[in-house]
Amino acid sequence: MTYIPKPKLHHPQLPTNKLGFTHRDYEGSISTLCAGCGHDSISAAVIQACFELDIQPHRIAKMSGIGCSSKTPDYFLGNSHGFNSVHGRMPSVLTGANVANKDLIYLGVSGDGDSASIGFGQFAHSIRRGVNMLYIVENNGVYGLTKGQFSATSDKGSKSKYGAINGDSAIDMVSIAMQLGATYVARSFSGDKSQLVPLIKAGMSHHGAAFIDCISPCVAFNNHVGSTKSLDYVREHNETVNKLDMMVDHEAIVADYAPGTVEMVTQHDGSVLRLRKTSPHYDPSDRIQAMNYLQERAAAGEIVTGLLYVDPEGTDLHDYLNTVDKPLNELQTEDLVPGSEALKKLNESLR
Amino acid sequence: MEPTNIAAPEYFHKVVDCQWACPAHTPVPEYIRLIAAGRYSDAYMVNWRSNVFPGILGRTCDRPCEPACRRGRVEKEPVAICRLKRVAADNKDDIRDRLPGIPVQKNGKRIALIGAGPASLTVARDLAPLGYEIVLFDGDPKAGGMMRTQIPRFRLPEAVTDEETGYITEMGLDLRLGQRIDSLKQLLTEGYDAIFVGSGAPRGRELELPGRQEAAANIHIGIDWLSSVSFGHTDKIGKRVIVLGGGNTAMDCCRTSRRLGGEEVKVIVRSGFEEMKASPWEKEDAQHEDIPILNMLVPKEFRHKNGKLTGVVFEKVQAVYDAKGKRSLVPTGEPDPFFECDDVLLAVGQENAFPWIERDIGMDFDKWDMPAVDAVTFQSAIPNVFFGGDAAFGPKNIIWAVAHGHEAAVSIDKFCHGEDVKDRPAPDVALISQKMGIHEWSYDNDISNDQRYRVPQRDKEVSLKDVRVEVELGFDQKLGYAEAERCLNCDVQTVFTPSLCIECDACVDICPMDCITFTANEPEEELRHHLQAPANNRTQDIYVSPELKTSRIMAKDEDVCLHCSLCAERCPTGAWDMQKFLLDTTQAGPACRSR
Ligand SMILES: Cc1cc2nc3c(=O)[nH]c(=O)nc-3n(C[C@H](O)[C@H](O)[C@H](O)COP(=O)(O)OP(=O)(O)OC[C@H]3O[C@@H](n4cnc5c(N)ncnc54)[C@H](O)[C@@H]3O)c2cc1C
Ligand SMILES: Cc1ncc(C[n+]2csc(CCOP(=O)(O)OP(=O)(O)O)c2C)c(N)n1
Ligand code: SF4
Ligand code: SF4
Ligand code: SF4
Ligand SMILES: [Mg+2]
Repeated sequence: MTYIPKPKLHHPQLPTNKLGFTHRDYEGSISTLCAGCGHDSISAAVIQACFELDIQPHRIAKMSGIGCSSKTPDYFLGNSHGFNSVHGRMPSVLTGANVANKDLIYLGVSGDGDSASIGFGQFAHSIRRGVNMLYIVENNGVYGLTKGQFSATSDKGSKSKYGAINGDSAIDMVSIAMQLGATYVARSFSGDKSQLVPLIKAGMSHHGAAFIDCISPCVAFNNHVGSTKSLDYVREHNETVNKLDMMVDHEAIVADYAPGTVEMVTQHDGSVLRLRKTSPHYDPSDRIQAMNYLQERAAAGEIVTGLLYVDPEGTDLHDYLNTVDKPLNELQTEDLVPGSEALKKLNESLR
Repeated sequence: MEPTNIAAPEYFHKVVDCQWACPAHTPVPEYIRLIAAGRYSDAYMVNWRSNVFPGILGRTCDRPCEPACRRGRVEKEPVAICRLKRVAADNKDDIRDRLPGIPVQKNGKRIALIGAGPASLTVARDLAPLGYEIVLFDGDPKAGGMMRTQIPRFRLPEAVTDEETGYITEMGLDLRLGQRIDSLKQLLTEGYDAIFVGSGAPRGRELELPGRQEAAANIHIGIDWLSSVSFGHTDKIGKRVIVLGGGNTAMDCCRTSRRLGGEEVKVIVRSGFEEMKASPWEKEDAQHEDIPILNMLVPKEFRHKNGKLTGVVFEKVQAVYDAKGKRSLVPTGEPDPFFECDDVLLAVGQENAFPWIERDIGMDFDKWDMPAVDAVTFQSAIPNVFFGGDAAFGPKNIIWAVAHGHEAAVSIDKFCHGEDVKDRPAPDVALISQKMGIHEWSYDNDISNDQRYRVPQRDKEVSLKDVRVEVELGFDQKLGYAEAERCLNCDVQTVFTPSLCIECDACVDICPMDCITFTANEPEEELRHHLQAPANNRTQDIYVSPELKTSRIMAKDEDVCLHCSLCAERCPTGAWDMQKFLLDTTQAGPACRSR
């Protein structure tokens, strides 16, 4: 936390994107989180991703619940739409907004407490409905805001700052998301922006329910020896299955990798994902294999990160509901009340 | 890259761009903070220790610090460092009780100083408090050298010169004003332990063109004419004046002419406007006083009628560049322009003149017939004769004369104590944490967004009427405060302790200037391209840590750091700290000696 506002001055040679913005133009107000909080790094990654995607800030709606993690949308995208809901209710508020106006880019930001405890049901239903969004859980294994109680993602056997051992089984958000039909699933780490930024970019460009479980150490309550969500622990146990580059404009692809180690995936919106495999046999298009692999590595004490599963042809809630092309909030009386002639026609068709 | 050695005094000194650029290494941010705190006398004394003439320099300094100032790299203009000095001088209390005492018991050494300009006065100031007996000679009746005789009163009121030269001449010196030295050979026989030559560069360069002799009555050497105005011997000039030359002397000549009856005054230079030697602000001030500056005109002939000057003929030239990009001025072939005038002032350069130094006394002279002087010790081939100021390496400016004076005083002090003058003393440095609380620092870390303030000037109608009326009014306290707040406190260093870093990225994320990167180590050239933001300014260092836990390094580009402390505030472990780096050069006295 800081008392002075972040100075307006910026580096004179800062790159600008297609809209003429620098990454500083995607910042929000200054963070009030603890110094060193992993969540601030995720905010920085969101800022960088939106800058690189040349997104107009007013095209984004950022939604969150309650928690340190849920406070972060205040610290990025100061010129975007936003809604800070009650605890655990971000998914339903986001779903409602999305139903009303499918033209915006939805970014759901939540914590492991917000999504795996009080909001677990909400999380599950938004995923299984295929809401078109990027849902990021900033996962630190504790309730940071309420001073560090174990959360439901805390590993069995991990130790709290004050010595208590967690006896409950952990919820693995990534496995649940895959099981419930998310069409883009990734896990990353706040301490590795080179991995996180492209994952956020690809997730925001994905059509359908995209989910990122981002491990984000809580420096105040969960960064000690005995924690499985500390910076050191995650760095030691991180098993990266692939490295993602995200190309929006089909930029020239430099083929400087050994054959079979690079895979190109073209998403629904035309964006190309270039995946460099670091784990040779991992196939992110095979959901069953991916789920098995995750279980296997988890049993071996590894934390698998990277793009874990993607269905480039993802579908979304509006596809299932077969809604009209125009966003519902733009429909006018004439669209909604077509008149007796139209009613007559409809009745005829049902005879 | 090798990890940065922050224990070497020059590393953090270089980060304080202004102090590094100042020839006398004035601790600029330190005095600027004191001004902001309203502690004008303290700010004055910080200056006085380093540059000896804060009130004079606060009006006239060539200010090499300002082009170097970091503020000029993060927005349009640097901090008005020079004019802030004047704020300290204008608003201070009586500081006489803070000046060093002069011992009654002398140390038995006698030193002769030739010339009473800023160089000699600095030597006197450094040595008199140590008990040296100082004998100060000057051909002029008052001390101050060119500060008094050349710089016009409308830029530097005489009262300021009197005050600041007075602090030194009242240090119990043996003043021999009005006494020229005509023979160094003679002086060497008079038993001085050391002699310091601070006689300046007193000769104005001639311009031998047809008509020069015939029209001599109305063609004046600029610096002689200016001193004659200063002494009150000259108080008028013709209505139409041409000033030849493009340096600061030319600017003083034309502006002085405007005040002595010159109505149509122009400055005419051989080369382009941009290449003129005069400082940009001096040119601006001249133009503001309705003095046109005409360029690309090479003087050819002085026209006269029966020995009365009528004007000057010029040849029009243009700049032509050869294949190597080397420029030459080539006549355009157009008819030669003729400009009528009543008087011409020659300001085409200045030279040293040592007719009073005999060639058979053991002094070495170089190929330009200048005494050979060591650039570090200021010693000549005669071991007890030292030089400084314009006399040492040709005309420069006041702050360089002061810097030379300090160094020469160190040499004299060591020489008189039988020490090797080549063994130079290290500066006195201190590095102190500024942390007062989690978000509290003992300096104002909030960055002002204000643009540079202009110094208020007196109405032209008034100032053009009298050569003694000062044009600039100076910043008042309020403006002085606002301008002082623009300073980025570059002496408050970001100090990194690698063993405490947990590589959480918090500093990288918060830094408003994208200064910090955690990355794989590489040679400097590659590293400069792989940072958060390109590090293209090679004059600024990259601060590199040893290898960290993840086998990366921390690399910080010092170039545009605002010293805002946000990195340190965001660091959860205190791996970053803001520490004030105070560097004082070592001056003559026990500290400069090795025994
Ligand atoms: C017109 C003009 C304007 C200037 N404006 C500025 C300015 O705005 N800012 C700036 O920083 N600099 C300015 N300068 C330059 C500055 O004045 C000099 O660089 C500086 O004064 C040099 O100091 P000094 O101690 O070496 O010698 P000087 O100041 O030249 O003093 C030398 C003294 O030695 C005396 N002397 C010489 N020979 C003998 C002798 N044989 N015996 C006894 N006495 C002797 C002279 O009478 C003189 O008083 C200006 C110069 C000129 C000509
Ligand atoms: C309805 C309700 N129940 C309980 C709380 C108390 N509470 C606030 S934040 C929080 C947990 C937040 O944990 P998480 O989502 O992991 O966020 P973190 O602070 O760890 O980022 C709880 C239980 C609340 N605000 N509202
Ligand atoms: S309590 Fe933990 S999660 Fe919350 S701001 Fe502090 S470090 Fe971050
Ligand atoms: S900002 Fe202040 S400390 Fe930094 S170079 Fe400029 S005057 Fe000096
Ligand atoms: S003080 Fe720290 S945060 Fe501020 S500009 Fe410098 S490196 Fe960046
Ligand atoms: Mg949490």
